[in-house]
Amino acid sequence: MIVGGGGHGLATAYWLAKNHGVRSVAVLERGPIGLGNTGRNTTVVRSNYLHDDSAHLYEHALKLWEGLTQELNFNTMFSQRGVLNLAFTDHELVEMERRAGALRLNGIDCEFLDHDALKRWVPILDLGQDKRYPVLGGLVQPRGGNARHDAVAWGFARGASAMGVDIVENCPVTGIRVENGRAVAVETPKGTIAAGRIGVVAAGHSSVIMAMAGVRLPIQSYPLQALVSEPVKPVLHTVVMAGHVHVYLSQSDRGELVIGAARDTYHSYAQRGSFHLIEEQLRAMIELFPIFSRLRMMRQWAGIVDVAPDASPIIGATPVSDLYVNCGWGTGGFKATPGSGWVFAHTLAHGQPHALNRNFGLERFYTGRLIDEAAAAGVAH
Amino acid sequence: MLTIPCPWCGPRPDSEFAAGGEAHVVRADPNASTDIQWGEYLYFRENVKGPQRERWYHSHGCRRWFNVARDTVTHEITAVYPMGETASANVTLTPTLRHQGGGRS
Repeated sequence: MIVGGGGHGLATAYWLAKNHGVRSVAVLERGPIGLGNTGRNTTVVRSNYLHDDSAHLYEHALKLWEGLTQELNFNTMFSQRGVLNLAFTDHELVEMERRAGALRLNGIDCEFLDHDALKRWVPILDLGQDKRYPVLGGLVQPRGGNARHDAVAWGFARGASAMGVDIVENCPVTGIRVENGRAVAVETPKGTIAAGRIGVVAAGHSSVIMAMAGVRLPIQSYPLQALVSEPVKPVLHTVVMAGHVHVYLSQSDRGELVIGAARDTYHSYAQRGSFHLIEEQLRAMIELFPIFSRLRMMRQWAGIVDVAPDASPIIGATPVSDLYVNCGWGTGGFKATPGSGWVFAHTLAHGQPHALNRNFGLERFYTGRLIDEAAAAGVAH
Repeated sequence: MLTIPCPWCGPRPDSEFAAGGEAHVVRADPNASTDIQWGEYLYFRENVKGPQRERWYHSHGCRRWFNVARDTVTHEITAVYPMGETASANVTLTPTLRHQGGGRS
């Protein structure tokens, strides 16, 4: 039983059926599939993480992305246009060199771009040095890029369904039945459904679902916004992330700029964000790209993201037997979708973590072995 | 943007404040706690969907901490009260989902 029909839940069901021969699987989704964070993110895919545990997990996901259209026979529109991180301070440059070294040791592609190389790679980027935060350099992961978010949900859903997985839409879970410390069934408006093993993949609502079984999580839920501009002709061929001035953007195949930045700072389940965050990220964007100063914004939305204290996912067992959780992907879960499903399917099928997620369990918050990507990896949030 | 009624400065926009997370988390004794008790204190939270008690810091104003009762779905602020107080008499908070469903294991 998978609770949550987003990309991660559907990928889990797909790999359960495909890799482990477990076809008696139901995916319960409170609305239509893929309309939560799967359909709200900014579609960036990359694997340039600092720590070994993260690097291995996200790189496995990136390798799955590279064959996903063929695997699913569904065009995920995966475009390896490169993901460029910019540095604005000496400290960021030093961190960037450190990250480049770590990435090379893990076999992950990256290339440092100096001023001239940046000018060639992104001609519209303002590299003037008379600004408060001039661009000093950049690190690009050429194999990173974008994918079509809806297609990932639909592709995994269609593939899983064809192998016998039941996908039940408009079926919110209202309770988890626990008997003698073991999760045995979930309650829904459509009735009580018994399950041998339950995996909760509920993103921003993970705490709400797990509370039904009396399990607390080290998770806080926040709104994360994105917005798109009116469509324009192709002008930006790569993903640009600027953590220091805090904006990131890419251009969709329809021509819209897809823009994101910080999450709201306070805890919320309202799928809307604060206007001043939009103002700040657009200010940063115009500083980097004066060419966009007259561009009009078309739509804005938010999703509820589940942030762990170390900004790394939590994938594994819980104090309740046969109840597993896959959450904590926070502000950057889309890129991991196929890999997250891969390791969670393994975890559910065997009752044991896959080698790639064995350090991502809840235990780390008791042992102190955190995987601190918030401070160290230069992720955009 | 939230308008937060600072007890000392009056209603101000949330960009002047720092969100301090859930209120009334009881500090564990580092010398007497097990690893599990200490981990629970440091990292595990209710993450309530609905009415919650939380702390705010007026970092760009009077630089004082205070408690707020706010709904995490509607963002409605129903009470503001000083640090150290556990509840305000006129605040009624509905039970959280934690108290429904099965018992904690």
